[in-house]
Amino acid sequence: MNISENNFEQCLKCTVCTVYCPVAAVKPEYPGPKQAGPDGERLRLKKPGFFDESLKYCLNCKRCEVACPHDVRIGDIIQAARIKYSKKKPGLRDMMLANTDFMGTVATTMAPVVNASLGLKPVKAILDGVMKIDAHRTFPKYASQKFETWFKRHAQAQQARYAKQVSFFHGCYINYNYPQLGKDFVRVMNALGYGVQLLDREKCCGVALISNGLIDQAKRQAEVNIASVRRSVQEGRPVIGASSTCVFTMRDEYPHLLGVDNADVRDSINLATRFVQMLLDSGKAKLNFRSDYKLRVAYHTACHMEKMGWAAYSIELLRHIPGVEVVVLPSQCCGIAGTYGFKKENYPTSQAIGSSLFKKIEELKPDFVVTDCETCKWQIEMSTSVPVQHPISILAAALK
Amino acid sequence: MKTNGESQFDVIVVGGGATGAGTARDCAMRGLKVLLVERHDFASGATGRNHGLLHSGARYAVTDRESAEECIKENMILRRIAAHCVEENDGLFITLPEDDLAYQAKFVEACNAAGIRAEIIDPALARRMEPSVNPELIGAVRVPDGSVDPFRLATANVIDAKLHGAEVLTMHELTGFVIENGRMKGVKLLDHRSKLTKTIYSKLVVNAAGIWGHNIAKMAGVSVNMFPAKGALLVFGHRVNNMVINRCRKPANADILVPGDLICVIGTTSSRIPFEECDNMLVTREEVDLLLAEGEKLAPSLRNTRILRAYAGVRPLVASDSDPTGRSISRGIVLLDHETRDGLAGFITITGGKLMTYRLMAEWCTDLVCRKLNIDRKCSTADIPLPGSRKEEAPAKKYYDIHAAAAPADKKSYTTAAKQQELAEKSAEWRHGSMSAAIATDDDASRALVCECEEVTVAEVEYAIRDLHIDNLVNLRRRTRVGMGTCQGELCACRAAGQLAKAGRCARDAQDNLTHFLQERWKGMYPVTWGDALSEIQFTSWIYEGVYGLPVADNK
Repeated sequence: MNISENNFEQCLKCTVCTVYCPVAAVKPEYPGPKQAGPDGERLRLKKPGFFDESLKYCLNCKRCEVACPHDVRIGDIIQAARIKYSKKKPGLRDMMLANTDFMGTVATTMAPVVNASLGLKPVKAILDGVMKIDAHRTFPKYASQKFETWFKRHAQAQQARYAKQVSFFHGCYINYNYPQLGKDFVRVMNALGYGVQLLDREKCCGVALISNGLIDQAKRQAEVNIASVRRSVQEGRPVIGASSTCVFTMRDEYPHLLGVDNADVRDSINLATRFVQMLLDSGKAKLNFRSDYKLRVAYHTACHMEKMGWAAYSIELLRHIPGVEVVVLPSQCCGIAGTYGFKKENYPTSQAIGSSLFKKIEELKPDFVVTDCETCKWQIEMSTSVPVQHPISILAAALK
Repeated sequence: MKTNGESQFDVIVVGGGATGAGTARDCAMRGLKVLLVERHDFASGATGRNHGLLHSGARYAVTDRESAEECIKENMILRRIAAHCVEENDGLFITLPEDDLAYQAKFVEACNAAGIRAEIIDPALARRMEPSVNPELIGAVRVPDGSVDPFRLATANVIDAKLHGAEVLTMHELTGFVIENGRMKGVKLLDHRSKLTKTIYSKLVVNAAGIWGHNIAKMAGVSVNMFPAKGALLVFGHRVNNMVINRCRKPANADILVPGDLICVIGTTSSRIPFEECDNMLVTREEVDLLLAEGEKLAPSLRNTRILRAYAGVRPLVASDSDPTGRSISRGIVLLDHETRDGLAGFITITGGKLMTYRLMAEWCTDLVCRKLNIDRKCSTADIPLPGSRKEEAPAKKYYDIHAAAAPADKKSYTTAAKQQELAEKSAEWRHGSMSAAIATDDDASRALVCECEEVTVAEVEYAIRDLHIDNLVNLRRRTRVGMGTCQGELCACRAAGQLAKAGRCARDAQDNLTHFLQERWKGMYPVTWGDALSEIQFTSWIYEGVYGLPVADNK
């Protein structure tokens, strides 16, 4: 645990964090970030018995930290308290939801069977009744071929011809569920004159492990990832991810929650849209766009994008594409927060948090909702009639 | 109360600190008719202005064997009779590189001789037991120190005195005595609320007013030569340490760090002050600097810890009768029978001593009172627990063990509401012990927090207003810790004022009350106004002056 020891004391009790907390607004059982974080910390220092199990309702969206005028790491304090004090041990369900790497490897080899059965009513009933994974949820489909397999077979050989190189942290979702986004990324980077490489070893960033309390495993994976990132950076390749959550986790959660030092490479871990937008903005690269592209999109700011303060890069990038009209949705949590919304006990909270966002999307009826986060995509696609795309995919489709 | 000149009371005890409250309790338990008189509030003098250290006596072992022996005996008694006021934390006496390690052997030997269990432990073990301790320590001794909440302790004694028939007047200041033919007959009191004076008669009067007893004795025409010694302390925003940390050397300034409830306290300084300053002590910059510099040597993390406030208390040092110059000072208990000493029958002064020995002081004093009244009853205060520490009265419905390492894990039957009730009950029980059975937190409204920093619920404030002798917000703070947390009243003062007003206690002057309370908070924050504490004060003033339009009081 690496929370600067007395950071919670910087809290001035203004309570603005609780005003911005998506959970506190819909779930009275949750005491809100001020009480769960800085206030609760004083009590827990007195006696660990004052730990409140309702801290599990925290989404770890970090909107409290964005709101805080005094830089209190409220979200970190809450997560750290859960790690340190909670007596509730992760069950089979939590292990399965958290181990995206393992589950993905198994599932992709039997993708058609897994996809078909996960959609079946009896399977859903079992997941709901026995596993407490809510029946309303649709699991993202598993791809029959992993992104890594595709890349090695069809793309890797061509990358050497580019003078400049980046490493791609694809993450679990692109690898197991949605290789198309990875393919889009490679296409965009190549069009910008960059070759794409994989990291020597890539593990799941560990965000789901952290939120499900599997800290030791998360730390082991973080160490593998940072070692790979470090090698890549030393060889002159910055590391780029498409998922805002993976990037945020590697940059901030590693040092703050897992105690994994990344200070030497943190600035070299970047988000795809930010990297591309900064490159285009600097005039060092140009893209050729189709002239017949017409699209109306609504941009949704994922919580971790809000925390990093990087939504502007994605929005500017989209505005850069000729023919794309961008509406920016009010920045708010969609409610899913990774594996949180999959859990039966959280489903009503999850949907209540997102309801005003869904209503807004239905009113706007854009061609696509665009967001940098994959779990927001699942939530919005499940809860509205509008399909969701990543900005990089929109960009790739607009290329000549 | 009748005022027809007949003795209505066997004894009037003047002073609502631990000693006065303890004496009132002891007298009442021995069947006397007792009146306790306090000019402000219980524990508003030296009782509430110290470390809150449950001394093991180790601090005095080398220099004052008698005090050390008294301390360890009373320490063990308080663990029994005042369990809800005591935290059994244990203490460390650490030797730093600049200290003489040879002192340690002398110290341990003196402790053992006084009956104090003192165990030399490896510095590495000390660092594990108390991670905040200065890692450079070269020696450590573990002793049975602890923490004691003086506000709760004094209040519990008052409550028990009342249960045994004592009457209690707060906000009543002594203005004079009725003395006839060399015999004390009664007291003249000014009621600060009504501004009326009254005369009350009794067979005996006990002066238990701490340093203020000097002038009270003077009023009675006798002289008790006291010297006010100011001791300043700093309160930090959270518990840095869980064990008491002391320096293993001759007692000196700022060498005790005591954890207590949600905070920790470093102290003290020691300086003689004139009597005029006793009622309005300000902590100086030099004192703050000294406390910080010495405090960091005990626990280096204090350097980066937010300081909530500074305060100071006055020790009543008593010159021995043979040497009125004050050069020979006793820190022991001083019991004066003014009949034999000064020829004033019916007047007794109990002073000196320390918070730790309040019960013993009360016992000695009550023994003398009983002798004077020809009553032969034994003291039982060491055996009968105080209200709040009576196991048989503990709340029946228990979801939890308050001293367990962690909260119970989820159970099916264990609903969210039950869990929230548990947390609310835990905080209340921590403060009020078995008396918290009277605090019902079974619905959402009663569980709502008045004070968020210290987790004080609406129900607890209601209970305090109803049962704990409360006239204003400052009283409420001493009973419940409302306003004693990080924000120093920023969020809770207005809520608590609203509840008091609703209860009809101060509807007329609710605003003055609120202003006074905030001024009192501000006074303590003033010497440490930098960093986060300064931001907090600024924010508080925006709320109260800006949003609520409370008049800006003159700070000078």
